[in-house]
Amino acid sequence: MSTSTTGDVLVDYDEVLAAYDPAMGLEVHVELNTATKMFCGCPTEFGAEPNTQVCPTCLGLPGAMPVVNAKAVESAIRIGLALNCDIAEWCRFARKNYFYPDMPKNFQTSQYDEPIAFEGWMDVLVPTADGGTETVRVEIERAHMEEDTGKSLHVGGSTGRIHGADYSLVDYNRAGIPLIEIVTKPITGLGAQAPEVAKAYVAQLRELIVALGVSDARMDQGSIRADVNLSLAPKGSGALGTRTETKNVNSLRSVERAVRYEMQRHAAVLGEGRSILQETRHWHEDTGVTTSGREKSDAEDYRYFPEPDLVPVAPSREWVEQLRGTMPENPRARLARLQESWGFTDLEMRDTVGAGALGLVEETIAAGAAPQSARKWWLGEMARRANDSGVEIGALGVTPQHVARVQAMVDAGELTDKLARQVFDGLLAGEGTPEEVVAARGLAVVSDEGALSAAVDKAIAENPAIADKIRDGKVAAAGALIGAVMKEMRGQADAARVKELVLEKLS
Amino acid sequence: MSADLTRRTAADLAADLAAGTTTSVALTQAHLDRIAAVDGGPDAGVHAFLHVDAEGALAAAAASDERRAAGSPASALDGVPIAVKDVLATRGLPTTCGSKILEGWVPPYDATVVARLRAAGLPILGKTNMDEFAMGSSTEHSAYGPTRNPWDLERIPGGSGGGSAAALAAFETPLALGTDTGGSIRQPGAVTGTVGVKPTYGGVSRYGLVAMANSLDQVGPVTRTVLDSALLHELVGGHDPLDSTSVDQPLPSLVDAARRGAEGDLSGVRVGVITELSGEGYQAGVQARFEESLELLVKAGAEVVEVSCPTFVHALATYYLIMPCEASSNLAKFDAMRYGLRVLPEGVDSPSAEQVMRATRDAGFGDEVKRRIILGTYALSSGYYDAYYGTAQRVRTLIARDFAAAFEKVDVLVSPTAPTTAFKLGEKLDDPLAMYLNDLATIPANLAGVPGMSLPSGLADEDGLPAGFQILAPALADDRMYRVGAALEAALHERWGGPLLDRAPALAAQAGPTDANGASA
Ligand SMILES: [Zn+2]
Repeated sequence: MSTSTTGDVLVDYDEVLAAYDPAMGLEVHVELNTATKMFCGCPTEFGAEPNTQVCPTCLGLPGAMPVVNAKAVESAIRIGLALNCDIAEWCRFARKNYFYPDMPKNFQTSQYDEPIAFEGWMDVLVPTADGGTETVRVEIERAHMEEDTGKSLHVGGSTGRIHGADYSLVDYNRAGIPLIEIVTKPITGLGAQAPEVAKAYVAQLRELIVALGVSDARMDQGSIRADVNLSLAPKGSGALGTRTETKNVNSLRSVERAVRYEMQRHAAVLGEGRSILQETRHWHEDTGVTTSGREKSDAEDYRYFPEPDLVPVAPSREWVEQLRGTMPENPRARLARLQESWGFTDLEMRDTVGAGALGLVEETIAAGAAPQSARKWWLGEMARRANDSGVEIGALGVTPQHVARVQAMVDAGELTDKLARQVFDGLLAGEGTPEEVVAARGLAVVSDEGALSAAVDKAIAENPAIADKIRDGKVAAAGALIGAVMKEMRGQADAARVKELVLEKLS
Repeated sequence: MSADLTRRTAADLAADLAAGTTTSVALTQAHLDRIAAVDGGPDAGVHAFLHVDAEGALAAAAASDERRAAGSPASALDGVPIAVKDVLATRGLPTTCGSKILEGWVPPYDATVVARLRAAGLPILGKTNMDEFAMGSSTEHSAYGPTRNPWDLERIPGGSGGGSAAALAAFETPLALGTDTGGSIRQPGAVTGTVGVKPTYGGVSRYGLVAMANSLDQVGPVTRTVLDSALLHELVGGHDPLDSTSVDQPLPSLVDAARRGAEGDLSGVRVGVITELSGEGYQAGVQARFEESLELLVKAGAEVVEVSCPTFVHALATYYLIMPCEASSNLAKFDAMRYGLRVLPEGVDSPSAEQVMRATRDAGFGDEVKRRIILGTYALSSGYYDAYYGTAQRVRTLIARDFAAAFEKVDVLVSPTAPTTAFKLGEKLDDPLAMYLNDLATIPANLAGVPGMSLPSGLADEDGLPAGFQILAPALADDRMYRVGAALEAALHERWGGPLLDRAPALAAQAGPTDANGASA
């Protein structure tokens, strides 16, 4: 047993598994990258001044009416097909009625019992303990279209939540942006693997969305958001327990952590003989815990009914077949192709996928870097920095083009690896392009032979004992002198050239 | 001169403007003068208008006259003024829907039909009174006070569009736009002796119409003659990409159909009298005028038969499930967060958004609106949805099938528009069910999406008040009712020696402006 920062009692993970079978369901919201919103012509660009991308329709002004964005329907169908779903021949939008200030009409136009795509699956590659991978088939219940809400900013108070805030501001730029909600069927029988499978599913779904080109797929900007439903049932009972729904888990790492946390918390509650409250919970990225949100009981009744202002969506079979022809490569075939082309080992490939860096590495290689260089930077330097700052690796602010450019400078002898890391510091600090960072920080390798030669002479003079050892043929001792020279040159020298000079002078 | 201009039809005025015998400024001013003389306000007068835009109307009239002078009028009706029901969004003009909750709201955009009026050069005189959010059959549910029937100021002008119909009957405007969800154009037409048309569902854009029940609402013309309705219907109708439910196909010419009908020959036209919508339950004088009209149709060469539509007896119950369901959801947006009334709860220091919503909706909505929100919320609730909304939708399909079967046998269907003539103000205010019965004959058309027209059939013997004759046609065959309606109108005018409204009593002049919203200003 242990206690989280919220005071939740947690059961040790192994003990959870000894007593319970976890079941989970994942709901992933994908914000489409269509040029305009779901039901109006407003632009969807991220980051505009609040309430500048609005019109009578997405503000819910009296009298305004929606019109379905055909491009969003196309994206929804393509996502459905990529998830091996059936595509509805005829489906409708429905109103989901509830009051909330960031929802302009106080109903969300969504799909209820007639989703555009249903009954699909995705084969998820999950790392195994022995370093290999295995395939877990995740059944997809549905993928449906809906509109996003506005965004509330609660000002004042201590929690940043609506309760206790002094006042709230609402930005309706996001209201009406097209969303696709992808819902899995309950995923059972995973035991200890459940958290990893959850993460791998979201990671692979994200890769698929990127490959389809239908979303920016930025978890840090909320263009992909995951809700994690989790329940525990007594081991071997085959039943489904009461679930909680943890909202807006906004990084791959957190998907895994949230599943694990809820498993440990549920077990503690059940172990005390209490029952799980069916509720919405909030995930806290910083502390890694969930806290209780609004209670989700039978009292919550969305009073769904078909949206009377819209006509049914009836995609022709010809269109669907045409879209089927635009499907990206099968994920497994793609992995095999990339591995062969890059010459990665199974372990290297697994780590690349696991780090969520497959697309980044691919783009970096496409931008001119050697496969091993691309892998080295993303899985080493970038993964470490992402982990330190708790963001997605793709959201660091360093692009594949940056990495390729820096590596090209290293290859040309203009930067050392150490200097390259300083270039990345500058890129992360938003100091411009790699060239601009190099210029501004004065990071170029010193190729002035005179200065280098003088530094080597100085190091030899200051370390006579080491110099003697090298003269005696102990070449390995050169390292200490090289280090001294590099220190003198503040790292801006090519270590290989320094070694040559040392050996030359002491031969 | 003014009086002459206000008594002319829109078609006459368009001809006058084309001939250069009057100007848009002159006839717009004449109507503004008439409004100032008879409209009064909440306490006296017709009170057809909630807002009069004299300045805007005269500016639009002047621009129209310039176009005429340059020989390039924007449309046949360029320069003919019009009034607009206050449920249609008008850029820069207050739009209240007859509700306190929207008091002071000025839309930043025009409804498509309003944009079409402006583009066609029609000066907008103002916004007309209505039952709050179009919920009612008497205009007594307006939060700004009732409209009075020009035939008898003690009586209701029908509803919800009593303002538009009364404005026509009082010669305050030659044209108006109304909306019809269960009879809100046709029933006021019947009880004020005017003409009103509910077009085929999807025939006229609803974009900018503040919805009561989206699957039933239609915008349509309110006029004094069938031809004027056809002219206005053609002008505002047609496909609108902003309304997904608007029909994207060319319609037969309605003006041609009205002109052809006025020639009086209905040979070969089959007219079906709906068994379930006449006879018992209809006021004797209303029924008598209806039967006389049938005789005139026969005289014009039509074949009149009786047609049974058995499911129509369930129309009222069906309507009172579907309409409140849609309305309860539509009206959720009035929450004080973005526009309109905002009421802070009493005795609360820093109220939450939810508390402000509750206080505002409690203070801003009238009883009838609250009644329908509660009905709809209940009927949509989990566990009741199938029994109520689901069943209602299935009955709706049966009603549409009854129409389809009937239109296999006849070209148009007819009935009295409303069961009675205008009743007294306050008479049915405390009896919602009695009020709802007014729409018995008009509701089936909304449920099935077919077009309907009401035109005057004469005065009931017992009270000397107007009765209405309803003509229904198949969806997209609006032209048929214009043809039959114009033929009947011509025959009736011949019998009466002129329009029915010539027999309406003269209205007493009203004192200056009594309306906070600026009528008569
Ligand atoms: Zn918009």
